[in-house]
Amino acid sequence: MNSVTRSANSIVEPAHPARSHWAAPRPSARFLPVWRRNFLVWRKYMTERILSNIVEPLITLVAFGYGLGSLLPPIEGVTYLQFLASGSICMSVMYSAKFESLWGAFGRMDTQKTWAGIMNTPTAIDDILAGELAWAATKATFTAVAILTVIWGLDITRAPLSLLVLPVAFCTALTFSAMALIVTALARGYDTLSNYFVVVVTPMVFVSGVFFPLSQVPEWLRAIARWLPLTAAVDIMRPLVLGRMPEHLVRGFALLTAYLVVCYYVALVLTRRRLLT
Amino acid sequence: MNAATQPEQGAIARNPVLRVRELRKVYGRGVVVDRFSFEIRRGECYGLLGPNGAGKTTTLRCCLGLTDPDGGEILLLEQPVPLRAREARVRVGVVPQMDNLDPDFTVTENLLIYGRYFGLRDDTIRMRIPALLDFASLTLKKDARIGELSGGMKRRLTLARALVNDPDFIFMDEPTTGLDPQARHLIWERLKQLLSRGKTILLTTHFMDEAERLADRLAVIDHGRKIAEGAPRELIAAHIEPHVVEVYGDGAVDWARGIGAQFSGRMEVSGETAFCYAVDPAPLLRDLEGRSGVRYLHRPANLEDLFLKLTGREMRDEA
Repeated sequence: MNSVTRSANSIVEPAHPARSHWAAPRPSARFLPVWRRNFLVWRKYMTERILSNIVEPLITLVAFGYGLGSLLPPIEGVTYLQFLASGSICMSVMYSAKFESLWGAFGRMDTQKTWAGIMNTPTAIDDILAGELAWAATKATFTAVAILTVIWGLDITRAPLSLLVLPVAFCTALTFSAMALIVTALARGYDTLSNYFVVVVTPMVFVSGVFFPLSQVPEWLRAIARWLPLTAAVDIMRPLVLGRMPEHLVRGFALLTAYLVVCYYVALVLTRRRLLT
Repeated sequence: MNAATQPEQGAIARNPVLRVRELRKVYGRGVVVDRFSFEIRRGECYGLLGPNGAGKTTTLRCCLGLTDPDGGEILLLEQPVPLRAREARVRVGVVPQMDNLDPDFTVTENLLIYGRYFGLRDDTIRMRIPALLDFASLTLKKDARIGELSGGMKRRLTLARALVNDPDFIFMDEPTTGLDPQARHLIWERLKQLLSRGKTILLTTHFMDEAERLADRLAVIDHGRKIAEGAPRELIAAHIEPHVVEVYGDGAVDWARGIGAQFSGRMEVSGETAFCYAVDPAPLLRDLEGRSGVRYLHRPANLEDLFLKLTGREMRDEA
């Protein structure tokens, strides 16, 4: 940018507003107060949140795991309950991150105008989105803690390695949040968010090996599923919950990181286009 | 910074707090701000006056670095904008047109959390909060939720929030729109206090009494262009005859087109009311005194007369 070096009296040729929307992200440590603000709101309603975080997986695991699972043979060498528990933790992490970055972020951006208030300070939109990402991942990690507690409590597995699921949950949630922030940046209202959930997020759960192994789906669908972020998350988190090191660790992380980088950048460009006009 | 690179104090005080040159902003095919230049001196209250859609808010957003101009130069507190807008905003406070207080938090928490966005330490902010609450007359409401506050209280909290970083320069976008007269007077009184403390204020408004009361200087803008600039009284004196006789009631318009026009320097009809502008109102008043049916009001010219003369009387709905 040469606008500073221009002499003060020259009349200026038009800058191209679109150009700065495409500028590289410049997040700074100022993302922390944004994260902290969201954390403080969460803390106010903590009791209710934690309760639903625990009760929901409990019901799923009891109903499907014990009920349905008792009718099914072992899958990939483990009981259906273990299979389901280790898969559903990924699903819950994803749901948690998506909800926060769709309804939560949209409410703060559009309904409450919280972001507009923040943008009048030195904290810029790049920081806000980074703070939102970090917060969604934090909240998803809380969800993972709750479910892991249920899994340990029900003695579905108590492998020490399963604790590694928590940092992995944080990283994968960053990816899910970044994807959702794209939709939030484009959303015209809450209906857009619901549609994305119904058309994209929920179908992804069924082809990512959460409820049944991918060997059960047609070859062409399996080829697509291999490239879905939730499949990568399941491939890393399921073995960890069950006490084994994942086989495709590097590929999984590479895929999730690629999604994260691309989606954060796209979400940032779209949010700048929406708010910096 | 060493002594050689630091500008001397006097130079900083003399330099304008905000300098805008040839600012241009285009949306689609519409030119919203059109080669607009102005400067704001330290310690003054500068008003931007214009009808809806005149480009006031867009100018403010450009100056804060919240949207990129299509041309022109902005220097805010010695920082080029938008390039170094973040750095400039460290010392700026903003009172937006619409309240965007955080509904999940109390009055005190709103101030604390907002202060953190400036990178301020918690103990620094907590030390400032009692004075801010006092300034906003909200000490008794310090633990109230935002939903429990009246419109006037919310505005005062928004004002206090804009001061949490102890800014040198405060942007106010229609600070009293939607408030009742008591609440407006309280806000005006607070703005005067800020000015007396040496703060600089940029105020946009379409309330003429507000601009006349508060602004040391103002610019009237319409269709993104500056059409007049100066101190309110001087502008009125330069553009408008000192006396205005408003005439209304049955036959007022007919009277105005005949006798009214004859004795006025300038006469305008808007709906059922005629506005007669005159240097010497005596002949108009003598004629009106004896008439029945026609009612009238004699008053000094004000900013509203100037504004309507410069921007016309037709409705502006294209905001």
